[in-house]
Amino acid sequence: MTATSPTRRAPLLTLYAACVFAFVYLPIIVLILYSFNRDGVGGFPPRHFTFDWYRQLFADGPIWDSVLNSLFVAAGSVVLSLTLGLLAALALDRADFPGKALFRRLVLLPLILPGIITGLSLLMFAVFAHVQLSLFTVFLGHGTALISVATTELFAGLQKMDRAQEEASLDLGATPWQTFWRVTLPNLKLSMIAAGLLIFTLSMDEIAVTFFLIGRDNTLPLEIWGRLRRGITPEINAVSTLIFAVSVALIIIWYRVRTRGLGAEAQELIETP
Amino acid sequence: MFSRAYKTLVSLPPLLWVGLFLLLPYALMFAHSFWAVKDGLLVHQWNLDNYHTLFAKPVYIEVLLRTMRIAASVTFCSLLLGYPLAYYLSFHSGGRKELLYQLVVVPLWVSYLVRGYAWKTILGSEGVLNSFLQYLHLTHEPVSFLLYSPFAVVLMLTHIYTPFVFLPIYAALEHIPRPLVEASQDLGASSTQTFLRVILPLSLPGLIAGATFAFVLSLGDFLAPLLVGGASGTMIANVVQSLFGAAYDWPLGAAISVCILFVVISLLFLTERLEKRWSFK
Repeated sequence: MTATSPTRRAPLLTLYAACVFAFVYLPIIVLILYSFNRDGVGGFPPRHFTFDWYRQLFADGPIWDSVLNSLFVAAGSVVLSLTLGLLAALALDRADFPGKALFRRLVLLPLILPGIITGLSLLMFAVFAHVQLSLFTVFLGHGTALISVATTELFAGLQKMDRAQEEASLDLGATPWQTFWRVTLPNLKLSMIAAGLLIFTLSMDEIAVTFFLIGRDNTLPLEIWGRLRRGITPEINAVSTLIFAVSVALIIIWYRVRTRGLGAEAQELIETP
Repeated sequence: MFSRAYKTLVSLPPLLWVGLFLLLPYALMFAHSFWAVKDGLLVHQWNLDNYHTLFAKPVYIEVLLRTMRIAASVTFCSLLLGYPLAYYLSFHSGGRKELLYQLVVVPLWVSYLVRGYAWKTILGSEGVLNSFLQYLHLTHEPVSFLLYSPFAVVLMLTHIYTPFVFLPIYAALEHIPRPLVEASQDLGASSTQTFLRVILPLSLPGLIAGATFAFVLSLGDFLAPLLVGGASGTMIANVVQSLFGAAYDWPLGAAISVCILFVVISLLFLTERLEKRWSFK
């Protein structure tokens, strides 16, 4: 595109874009910087470099308990919302039933509604059904709300898919069950991985819905939230830095997977006569 | 091509699940808004008192208006930052496009809480910004209006929603056929004219999508005000949250939620129509 369209130099625009990037990244950089500052959060310039806050973090039992809780909830949510999201995407793609339009909107609602509304609705439901609030209710909440993400991602995958493969499989005598496992699902592999990673990250980070469904055991964001109310320490900077690092690692993994997938597709394209 | 059994098998589980765990809870919220609390107990007595209270007491309307002002400011600021950035990436970034795009997307994956917390440490009276200003001898006392104000809420939410706003605008700009832009330039239009009469109109659907997203999500936010807003930055969702907590008036809280829901859904309906009308075919 750059060769054909007359890309002119725009120094002011470039400067503006640089400023926007600075605005987006500066807070994160400051946060990371101060996780190594011996004298705590604040004070300029940061003076004495230290690993103390990380040492304190690694010895902090409640934080690691909450990390485990979050991992359990996130893993469960990935399984739940991928399963239901896959079925919902298949239903939207290939079945006709009364109320389909309403169903589509309803599934997507948690994605666009403020989290507090979904969280409170689920809280009322839990109280109504006499279910004790616990990590299990958090898992149900995340799993249900994130069906929206799985459905969007997998529906897009299904739309891009070549129907002829499935038709061929069915024509050649495979059962619908075999066709699903051997043709449909492998074709959706990339969308499944993308949706899974996204759901995992969103669940690990979720506060608004969790806030109302949490029982005695905290998830990581709620543990941090609770500590913020008692005042801020660089230990929170340290744990935030680690969360940031894990997020970036997940993105890199995802791009590796995607480019490898694209590479394979390109390879197939070349090999196909 | 797919049998009836197949279609039933894939439709039934998500339909039942969504009916039980989404439709029923939302319906329960709606029902609660017509119930009442007597002597600290919820009574299933159908009435319109909650909505009456809502519109009769000026405090709720006041907070709702302030919330809308904050949400509108966030939307405006995110557009002000996000649109030029998207425009730069799409038309002027040359070979660095892919890398810069990833750089915008990365913060989307970074925890909401982490980013909110970062602002809290920056804006506080003993925070990074204040000590920086004192270090430069620009001020001698901490500037205290930074944290715990509507300003801080707008700043934090703008920081969070700028990448969200960027994405649909960038997608819209990328879809503009380049020959259209070239034709405009070849026919003698200046850069400004080309932008105002070709590029901007064609990117409107993306702009609306981004603006809606930022507005709706800021409208229902209750964490940013708790984190950096203070008393003067209280928003409508904080009122709901306290009604469900210490104040214990679920029906009134539900009524406010239904109002938020109503605003959000009518806004979505409206913008969907606008996007359709202005989309480029």
